[in-house]
Amino acid sequence: MSRPVSYNLIQKPLEADISIADLPDGHMGDGFFATSLSKVVGLARKNSIWPLPFATSCCGIEFMATMGSHYDLSRFGSERVGFSPRQCDLLMVMGTIAKKMGPVVKQVYLQMAEPRWVIAVGACASSGGIFDTYSVLQGIDQVIPVDVYVPGCPPRPEAIIDGVMRIQDLVEKESIRRRESEQYRGLLESYGIQ
Amino acid sequence: MNMNLSNEYVQQRLVEKFGDQVHSFEEPYGMLTFEAPKELNLKVLNFLFDDVHLQYRFLTDLTGVHYPDQAGRELAVVYHLHNLSAKHRIRFKVFTDIQTPDVYTATGLFATANWMERETFDFYGVNFVGHPNLKRILNVEEMDYFPLRKEFPLEDQTRIDKDDAMFGRG
Repeated sequence: MSRPVSYNLIQKPLEADISIADLPDGHMGDGFFATSLSKVVGLARKNSIWPLPFATSCCGIEFMATMGSHYDLSRFGSERVGFSPRQCDLLMVMGTIAKKMGPVVKQVYLQMAEPRWVIAVGACASSGGIFDTYSVLQGIDQVIPVDVYVPGCPPRPEAIIDGVMRIQDLVEKESIRRRESEQYRGLLESYGIQ
Repeated sequence: MNMNLSNEYVQQRLVEKFGDQVHSFEEPYGMLTFEAPKELNLKVLNFLFDDVHLQYRFLTDLTGVHYPDQAGRELAVVYHLHNLSAKHRIRFKVFTDIQTPDVYTATGLFATANWMERETFDFYGVNFVGHPNLKRILNVEEMDYFPLRKEFPLEDQTRIDKDDAMFGRG
């Protein structure tokens, strides 16, 4: 007796057995390939970002969907969600941050090692959102520098993935000397971080 | 013990005891509500607590209200009392001047008043005289105003911690 519903009837061939990142720009010849160290490091970092979820409300639920099998953030090299800031590269702040929570967000940021990136997911983390009130931080960029803002209330998982891909672009193109630059030091000092 | 408390009986006992000092008796939605001078708040609460026929020994809620238009009695402190065995609730209000918002603490009578009075202080700035630990409980400790007073609208245009451009009114 045949089953009423059958799955995977159509065999889809894999595009490639292993997904391989494209080669960065450089000079190639017989037996050698030359490129800048920044590009190699950027390529490696970009495809192995370890996110640290800081989820306080509904945007966090969308992030859980993003991590799940349906949307699967691990396709972008970010399957290893760390819950220790000391191991992570990307702080994902998702949800309303009350003023009392502000110092905690900053503490978590300070515990992360350089290089570190921050993504503000959703209207509340970006600007305070609908909570235009005395108890809510009006955007996490009041306490820590933010690299990418994801709009939405809450954003769909596609939008969160897009935000992570924008972070990947930043990571790929970042010079390995950027974190020592005067400009970056000035940015941190404007937040009172040495 | 009286198992059948009625609003009329409680009102009669209060008037017998305090005379003209208790006034403004109302029954919104059937709940007896009355007012007394703020200096008498502990005497009234003690009477309601100790009297063998009244026995209002549970403080359901303690909160503040700000009436900016009532000169000299801008801040109200509202006590919700419950007699658990008779299943009867009453509401007791005292009013105070906003310049000297001193009200005696009810922590000696109800341990639960401790946090409720801290909350009322936090949001309305009522100074509960004799409270063992009167400091902010919910808001950040650096806050230098009382956010539920009416002179602080939620969308306060003098606030510097928000970016107007983010709210479409920059």
